[in-house]
Amino acid sequence: MKSTKLALLFGLTALVPTLSQAGTLEDVAKKGVLSCGVSTGIPGFSAADSKGVWKGLDVDFCRAVSTAVFGDANKVKYIPLTAKERFTALQSGEIDLLSRATTWTATRDTSLGLNFAGVNYYDGQGFLVSNKLGVTSAKELDGATFCIQAGTTTELNLTDYFKSNGMEYKAVTYDTSGQTIDGFKNGRCDAVTSDASQLYGLKLKMDDPSSVTVLPEIISKEPLGPVVRQGDDAWFNVVRWSLFAVLEAEELGVSSSNATAMLKSENPGIKRLLGTSGTIGENLGLKSDWAYQIIKQVGNYKEMFDVNVGKDSPVKIDRGLNKLWNQGGLMYPMPVR
Amino acid sequence: MKNKQVSSNNVGLLNNPLYRSIFFQVLALAIVLFLAFYFTNNMFNNIAASNITTGFGFLDNIAGFGISQTLIEYSDGTSTFGDVFIVGLLNTLLVSILGIIFASIIGLLIGVGRLSDNYLVSRLSLIYIETFRNIPILLQILFWYNVVLAALPSPRQSFNYLDSIFLNNRGLLLPEPIFEAGSSAILISFILAVAGVIYLKRWAKKRHDDTGEEFPIVKVSIAILILAPTLVYFVSGQPVTAEYPVLKGFNFKGGLTIVPELLALLFALSIYTATYIAEAVRAGIESVPKGQKEAAKSLGLKDHVILSKVVLPQALRVIIPPVINQFLNLTKNSSLATAIGYPELVTLFSGTTLNQVGQAIEIILMTMAVYLVISIVISLILNWVNAKMAIKGR
Repeated sequence: MKSTKLALLFGLTALVPTLSQAGTLEDVAKKGVLSCGVSTGIPGFSAADSKGVWKGLDVDFCRAVSTAVFGDANKVKYIPLTAKERFTALQSGEIDLLSRATTWTATRDTSLGLNFAGVNYYDGQGFLVSNKLGVTSAKELDGATFCIQAGTTTELNLTDYFKSNGMEYKAVTYDTSGQTIDGFKNGRCDAVTSDASQLYGLKLKMDDPSSVTVLPEIISKEPLGPVVRQGDDAWFNVVRWSLFAVLEAEELGVSSSNATAMLKSENPGIKRLLGTSGTIGENLGLKSDWAYQIIKQVGNYKEMFDVNVGKDSPVKIDRGLNKLWNQGGLMYPMPVR
Repeated sequence: MKNKQVSSNNVGLLNNPLYRSIFFQVLALAIVLFLAFYFTNNMFNNIAASNITTGFGFLDNIAGFGISQTLIEYSDGTSTFGDVFIVGLLNTLLVSILGIIFASIIGLLIGVGRLSDNYLVSRLSLIYIETFRNIPILLQILFWYNVVLAALPSPRQSFNYLDSIFLNNRGLLLPEPIFEAGSSAILISFILAVAGVIYLKRWAKKRHDDTGEEFPIVKVSIAILILAPTLVYFVSGQPVTAEYPVLKGFNFKGGLTIVPELLALLFALSIYTATYIAEAVRAGIESVPKGQKEAAKSLGLKDHVILSKVVLPQALRVIIPPVINQFLNLTKNSSLATAIGYPELVTLFSGTTLNQVGQAIEIILMTMAVYLVISIVISLILNWVNAKMAIKGR
């Protein structure tokens, strides 16, 4: 009797998970699948289509990282998370990578035990109003009621904006972006406020998209990017350089259609990127053709952008700040050399 | 432990039942304590190793987000996460207390109606119970929320009563009383009136016991309760004024606003919980022996007197224990408000605050502690009521 109980006790002790501080890359490789945290449905960024296939800019980034690790873009397990759940899911190890339109802020970077690996979309907070309201500027929204999604930087920015403009507002806070737009449809609020990119997607969810307008004002900086756990530099590097690789590919003019032909290119920059020279892949703990596979299977940043949120998508968002640095935008990949 | 005689016999220590039972209980306790310590310790080590901030210091940080319904003074620029906690707690208590009151009233009426001799009333009560008891509460909350929002007009087309009460999809707007100097006299007069009514009731009961004469206690009490404060209000120079809601821009300003989220949640919780209370009431009434009713009837008592003086006092002993459970359930179900954005504790604290701060363990622990305390308090109060009832009945 006694010995069984003791045996049970030691058995349990052995089962207690101890924190694996480093080694996400090895863990992912061993699991054979990348657990990627995405949204519960933000059109253009991460949303499941009618066949249940995940599509979007953030989804493509998950695919890019999966390609870097496995050489296969489809070894991703998508975990849909609300804004409220996302950080806990990453902290607890439920997901390996958070790619869910998440704003990089000082508080999140320093107090949550997380690191932002870069920026894959420069956004800003805007307002979506009904045309019936007759409002053309956010400055006319004094006294308005807003529908907001809980657990976002949006809630804080709204307060700051109205305070600094000496205006008053009321906020109704919902759990998901679906509930938020439903509240707006039902007339619970005068306006929806969120990242401008999401507003264009939400506009499409309205019964009559032409009955609503996105106001011109952008009231905040919202650099959105992928997030990983703090303290695992190898994994951090893989994620960060997967992002730089797709940007560098656009800058060098390498795309999914010409990547194979480019393997014979004599351009030293392209050779380093595609792994035909240098040891960048090995340094990252990946295969030497990691970036070639990403570009071949997922595409460069321009391809990702255009098909998901840009000119070839229903949302049709202008590249704006998300152009490359040499075309007047902010996207500046660190040199791949 | 259970058998002292055996332990005094001369058996070996290993085979001594008393010793053995104590030994294994101590061993079990030690294992539980060790595991608790081990997991807690492991948790703190893991948190520290993942660079997540710990402790309750965040409660003093500025929250910086707006809340649609606050019972205390709350400013999104200066109030802290500690204030957010209190705002959420009060909103939870508000909807729970109102819900308990409404659910009890509806439940009592439906439960009595279920046993009515009137075919229509008893069938309708049955349909009510079977319908609302068998639909999940979350769906009912979402249903009422969408019905409330869809049925109500926009602020500019509000339903309007005397330009002072408005109903629209932003909520129910009421004039807000503003208490000026001297208004405390009204409160004091009201308290005195209540005391007077209690005294009057005792006097009337004594007179009834002594002489058998009836006194119209209900009518007189209502008159006293209304007349006394009204009189003082006019004598003291009308110290209470009202601030009326006014349509300004595209929303109302001023006045008291009852948000649609509260209305919908209250509706759903009261209607749902009332079905269970109604069944408890029915069970209680049916538990009173038929002879009690027949005896009362043969004394010539009227039906409503039989119900209130003979049946219910005995039935309450059976009714109260299951109803305590329902009150607890209602309080805990109020956390489902997070689906419709009513700013109660779970929405505000383990929702928004958790996301802004990121300290899941502290925040969830605080939230759980709140529900634990509320539930324990409710059951202590009702157990006390139950104990009083039980003794009286014998």
